[in-house]
Amino acid sequence: MRALLNQRLLTLAVLAVIISLLPFVFPSSYYFRVASLVWVSALAAIGLNILMGQAGQVSLGHAAFFGIGAYAVAIGPTHLGIPPWAALLIGAILSSVLAYLVGRPILRLKGHYLAIATLGLGVLVALVISTESRWTGGPDGMPVERLTLFGWRVSGSYTWYWVTGALLLVGTWIALNLDETPTGRAFRALHDSEVAAQVVGVDVARFKLQAFVIAAVYASLAGSALAFMNGFINPDQAGFIHSVELVTIVVLGGLGSVVGSIVGAAVLVTLPQALTVFHEYEHLLLGLIIIVSMIFMRNGIVPSLSGLFLRRARS
Amino acid sequence: MTILKATDIGISFGGVKAVDGVGFSVSPGQILSIIGPNGAGKTTLFNIVSGIYVASRGTIHIADEDVTGLAPHRLAARGLSRTFQNLQIFQRMTACENVMVGRHLREKCSLLPALFRTPSVTRQNRETRAAALDLLAYVGLKDVADVPAGSLPYGACKRLEIARALAAEPRVLLLDEPAAGCNAVETEEIDHLIRQVADRGVAVVLVEHDMKLVMKISDRILVLERGRPLAEGTPREVRDDPRVLEAYLGRHGAQEAARA
Repeated sequence: MRALLNQRLLTLAVLAVIISLLPFVFPSSYYFRVASLVWVSALAAIGLNILMGQAGQVSLGHAAFFGIGAYAVAIGPTHLGIPPWAALLIGAILSSVLAYLVGRPILRLKGHYLAIATLGLGVLVALVISTESRWTGGPDGMPVERLTLFGWRVSGSYTWYWVTGALLLVGTWIALNLDETPTGRAFRALHDSEVAAQVVGVDVARFKLQAFVIAAVYASLAGSALAFMNGFINPDQAGFIHSVELVTIVVLGGLGSVVGSIVGAAVLVTLPQALTVFHEYEHLLLGLIIIVSMIFMRNGIVPSLSGLFLRRARS
Repeated sequence: MTILKATDIGISFGGVKAVDGVGFSVSPGQILSIIGPNGAGKTTLFNIVSGIYVASRGTIHIADEDVTGLAPHRLAARGLSRTFQNLQIFQRMTACENVMVGRHLREKCSLLPALFRTPSVTRQNRETRAAALDLLAYVGLKDVADVPAGSLPYGACKRLEIARALAAEPRVLLLDEPAAGCNAVETEEIDHLIRQVADRGVAVVLVEHDMKLVMKISDRILVLERGRPLAEGTPREVRDDPRVLEAYLGRHGAQEAARA
């Protein structure tokens, strides 16, 4: 118990130290931007990992919620005169309401069927965003007003590095909190055996829905943060490819591992940047690296490596 | 006083009557065993009583409340708990966490306090863990409390399932072949365990193939054959019933047994 508590705080402390020390080794503002992208992707992935890694339910349309969060802070202030911070909250509420309404019927489905249903949700939201061009600017995207908090105009890659870093810390803290609670245990129980979870009194439908809503809110907040940070948003952020990227981050980093989602995001965001030196072979190499790492670390990067270190430490 | 009562239960799968007109009742502290040859419908009956299947006819009452057709988690809330013939443990959770999930209904489980880890959540977690450790000690698994359940040996998993089922503090406990695949020593331990549970006032319904165990601990025995009730009574009555011998050994075998 004590060990677990310390492990949770240790994880947070290490993450905080990494976030605060990285700026000392960053040579240019470009690095701050890339790191902020990592933090935002990690935030969305941590949420999705609660759904996929803990509760064992797949979502292939998760970028829909990312898109709703992003477009809420774009459309709210521009078209409706809503303050940017309020638009962020409205986006999160819209995402959770949509997740609740759609989740109720589709979370009855299992495995591939659930995957297809969530895929449909993702395609639908992306389609609405790219066709309602009067509101969303269509496929060209639309500009996003800068976020202002108590008269402080949040802008610049340096500032956003800290804001997204803080968001990631809070998101990590909440995800780690969940682990040792009745809710977190119910998630993991229904993942391992739905029928056994039911007979000890776990309302499986309710907990699947909770995990889906939590994951949707994480993605929505991450989407809002990215839109504010970039000052611009286009429908790709809500699209299928982005959904697949989020799933890849979760699986690559390690299903069920909060730290894994952060590592997965770091790999998937920075690797393409690092591989640009290979020009046209960039995507080929990226795919190859992902395939090879999944073959040799099939539980994901973090669980595989920590398992290896634990075995080494014991022997 | 009856705590669980099933009346005239029937279910068909694709025209085959898997269970047909079976009824039983059990009182607190009593051990009722359901036996019968393979395919007699014992596990199907368990799945109906615990809400996993919905019966096409018949009623189920728990303490005079009609609970026919309720979902498993609602039956659990009314004091019904069970184990599974084919193990259904939470493989990726530790033994202790498995039992802690069993305390689910005894815990306050609201989302926001969990997400922000309020002191009350931490306190409750500590209490739940203490209760789970007590139960693990009770079934003799305290030493492996923090071992992932997936890496426990078979017999330990059987006892873990019983501990998890007991964690809910059930009024009725359904045990589906708790001694299957266990060696003589392990069977002995499970025998003691079931007796102790019943002595605490829990009504136990047992499906089991180990006849020695069944004859030893049952207060009453219900025999099923091809989905239908064949005989019911005390272990002695059932053992001497020629129909039961015939169901198990065939007509010829029963005559042999009668001669012996």
